[in-house]
Amino acid sequence: MTSTVEATKDTMSEITPEIVAEHGLTEDEYALIVKRLNREPNLTELGIFSVMWSEHCSYKSSRFWLAKLPTKGPQVIQGPGENAGVVDLGDGDAAVFKMESHNHPSFIEPYQGAATGVGGIMRDVFTMGARPVANMNALRFGAPEHAKTRHLVAGVVSGIGGYGNCMGVPTIGGETNFDPRYNGNILVNAMTVGLARTDKIFYSAAKGVGNPVVYVGSKTGRDGIHGATMASAEFDDDSDEKRPTVQVGDPFTEKLLLEACLELMNEDAIIAIQDMGAAGLTSSSVEMADKGGVGIKLDLDQVPQREESMTAYEMMLSESQERMLMVLQPGREDVARKIFEKWGLDFAIIGITTDTGHLTLSHGGEIVCDIPIAPLADDAPKYERPWVASKQQDVIEASEVKAPETLSSALECLMGTPDLCSRRWIWEQYDYTVMADTMQIPGGDAGVVRVHGTQKGLAVTTDVTPRYCEADPREGGMQAVAETWRNLTATGAKPLAITDCLNFGNPERPEIMGQFVGCIEGMAEACKALDYPVVSGNVSLYNETNGQGILPTPAIGGIGLIEDVSRMATLAFKDEGDVILLLGKTIGHLGQSLYQRHIDGDVKGAPPPVNLDKERKIGDFVRTLITNGTATAVHDVSDGGIAVAIAEMAMASGLGAKLATPSEVEAPHGFWFGEDQARYIVTVKCDDAHKVITHILEAGIKVNRLGLVGGNSLDIEGDAPISVEKLKATHEAWLPAYMSTN
Amino acid sequence: MKSAVIVFPGSNCDRDAAVALERITGNAPHMVWHKDTDLPEVDLVVLPGGFSFGDYLRSGAMSASSPIMAAVKAHADAGRYLVGICNGFQVLTEAHLLPGALMRNAGLNFVCRTVPLIVANDETAFTRGYKKDSIIKVPVAHHDGNYFADDATLEMLEGEGRVVFRYGENPNGSLHDIAGIINKRGNVLGLMPHPERVVDPMLGGEDGVPFFSSVMEAV
Repeated sequence: MTSTVEATKDTMSEITPEIVAEHGLTEDEYALIVKRLNREPNLTELGIFSVMWSEHCSYKSSRFWLAKLPTKGPQVIQGPGENAGVVDLGDGDAAVFKMESHNHPSFIEPYQGAATGVGGIMRDVFTMGARPVANMNALRFGAPEHAKTRHLVAGVVSGIGGYGNCMGVPTIGGETNFDPRYNGNILVNAMTVGLARTDKIFYSAAKGVGNPVVYVGSKTGRDGIHGATMASAEFDDDSDEKRPTVQVGDPFTEKLLLEACLELMNEDAIIAIQDMGAAGLTSSSVEMADKGGVGIKLDLDQVPQREESMTAYEMMLSESQERMLMVLQPGREDVARKIFEKWGLDFAIIGITTDTGHLTLSHGGEIVCDIPIAPLADDAPKYERPWVASKQQDVIEASEVKAPETLSSALECLMGTPDLCSRRWIWEQYDYTVMADTMQIPGGDAGVVRVHGTQKGLAVTTDVTPRYCEADPREGGMQAVAETWRNLTATGAKPLAITDCLNFGNPERPEIMGQFVGCIEGMAEACKALDYPVVSGNVSLYNETNGQGILPTPAIGGIGLIEDVSRMATLAFKDEGDVILLLGKTIGHLGQSLYQRHIDGDVKGAPPPVNLDKERKIGDFVRTLITNGTATAVHDVSDGGIAVAIAEMAMASGLGAKLATPSEVEAPHGFWFGEDQARYIVTVKCDDAHKVITHILEAGIKVNRLGLVGGNSLDIEGDAPISVEKLKATHEAWLPAYMSTN
Repeated sequence: MKSAVIVFPGSNCDRDAAVALERITGNAPHMVWHKDTDLPEVDLVVLPGGFSFGDYLRSGAMSASSPIMAAVKAHADAGRYLVGICNGFQVLTEAHLLPGALMRNAGLNFVCRTVPLIVANDETAFTRGYKKDSIIKVPVAHHDGNYFADDATLEMLEGEGRVVFRYGENPNGSLHDIAGIINKRGNVLGLMPHPERVVDPMLGGEDGVPFFSSVMEAV
């Protein structure tokens, strides 16, 4: 190694404390690098350490807590730690899925930020041998009246559509919220679900020595250098200057890359494969070598380059999109080359696996980096940051919250708010029917795609209620998991597993770390109680601007299996005369409700408590009503309570309902707008109603007969009726009007 | 009926078209790579939807010069059936097999929506299974579906009954609400909506079935 050290000395620039700070490393972290190397790093090596040890790549603040999440179950084929999680769908089918954030870049350049977020998550999924079949997203924007919001919504939505539509993968749902707490940090969380065969799943461990390391896809340019470091820092007023760190997407190339990779995966040629996402060539090569327990030697002169005179530093840190790194079986290079040439993509053998345990880079005939891989990956700093628990809030009684003039006027108001209005303006920009397997389009409880060529369906949803998470992180974490479980159940699916995107503020502040800890604990408890493990995910911290953090937002993406899509439920009312039942207990919890926010004007108090035993019991019962064909329509009750759930069922069908408030209810507004958990609206045929109610009661589940489907208005006894058409007009009006204002 | 689907790089409705053709005709179509120069002997060629070549120049412009297009033109010249769906329609206009052009949607955004379509001519080989003026529901999913042609061309198309489908609710600003047109000979048709996505009652209806079964009967 003597020659290496000397070579290193030749290329070494003086590493000053300023340079260390610019790389987002602390003094202690730099000291640790020197200790591990037994010498000072050169600039290239420092750059490599800085991205591998960034929060984004190393999870240094979160790893300790993430270990508390349950990740195992009979359905789990691959849990966290790979490009994506894998679950078993039976009959040799597997679902491969993950959700990932692209928050910082989307705020700086919304179209490209969101587009490359979608591109990155799709690559994670097809890297594992799966064809992406559904995209979802979870978006959070600032207050509608904030100067940047409209521009950000337009750019993000069009970027998500621009990438997903070109790839020909349907975007089948998602969620969008507006809140002033996201004014300086929007959240763009993208999720992809793919289908693979259980015996054809590809992993990233580079096993074996002397195997060729191959680069495929787009050429490397100077874009996105230090993207991972940017995503690990707070914003300030000059953040717009970080635009050059945002990557530019090319969905056409990614479509070619998808088809070429899947074609090559049919040959017996790939030992390991990894997409080049955050920290590009650095992270892909280090992770593959680390997992395979080998070293890796790369000749950077062989890297396909888009720009001239790129340095080793730039090549290793570039986040140019649509690139993959593979380790091939020796002798299979030509088979692979032919396929990539057919699709018009670059193919270059850039290195070899070694037995040194080192990442060795040569450039221009010189060794420019030679560092042991273990400290880069496993040995990255791990912090148990100090935290304080959030303050408990008082439970607010419905009687303490002012009643509306009429229930129907409150309902009409709510349906037209930014929180509850139709998202049609958004999802009509996404191709949700391409691939011709979409069974439930956006706007329902979950998106559903058929497993191609079978009778099975895959239900997918994303959810979290950040205002609950802030009021009580533990309950909020539980609620987010439970709500996705409920959304899937409402279609008739058996929930299988989740992916998560944990978006929080600066973890170096104890109160933010407290939110993180609370949410994780709540999530873990819910995942355990519902047999609904976490199989993949991502953490996005430092979502702060000038010291103001976002609402704690642990977005959950859940998937479930429908055994027979002919027995799937949708939320639209079906027939006049169907009986409307409410399953689950209603206390009338208005604390942290949308009623409080929009009608009362002040959001406060504890969020609705989650009872996981009840969630499971009621959900399992509702699923039986769907699979045995008894339920004619099903919708879970969430934001806005029963009234909003029923309004959504009415609008989806054009049919109204005659309803009555149960006689024992003291505060009708609490009953109709309370956000108590573990509840579903289920409709059944009139002839079945008596028998079904008996069964529900026998199961020990609370049930209310709310009324009958019929007419063309929602008519609560003793209140002013409101026509479904009027509700629909209000519901559809806000977003298009907002987006067309200058 | 024998059929073929042309696969351009960036086609993404090629599989959907193949599934629909197999379901309706009973025969799986040949999938033909754009760099091939020979077309198998078939009754119907489909140019599928997607973003061939990324639509980075104009939608369909690059594909119109693909090696396979000479054979596709010869196929049409021989009077055999050719249909372009969505991006395929854009390719047909770029290849001058159909008149006019498909511009960016008037609303500037991509639009995915199931729209009512009026069958304006039920005497073509593609529409004999429909009734004139009947309204069918078919999804559109495009960014560039805004049909444009000069007045003389529009007058000719209308006068010769060559506007085959018209939007009941125009999603993109197309002149004369044009959703699909046919050539003078009646064997080459282009349309923006996706009939191949509505051939299964579980997926939002079967209004696309007569489109393919009509051709099968015409052969």
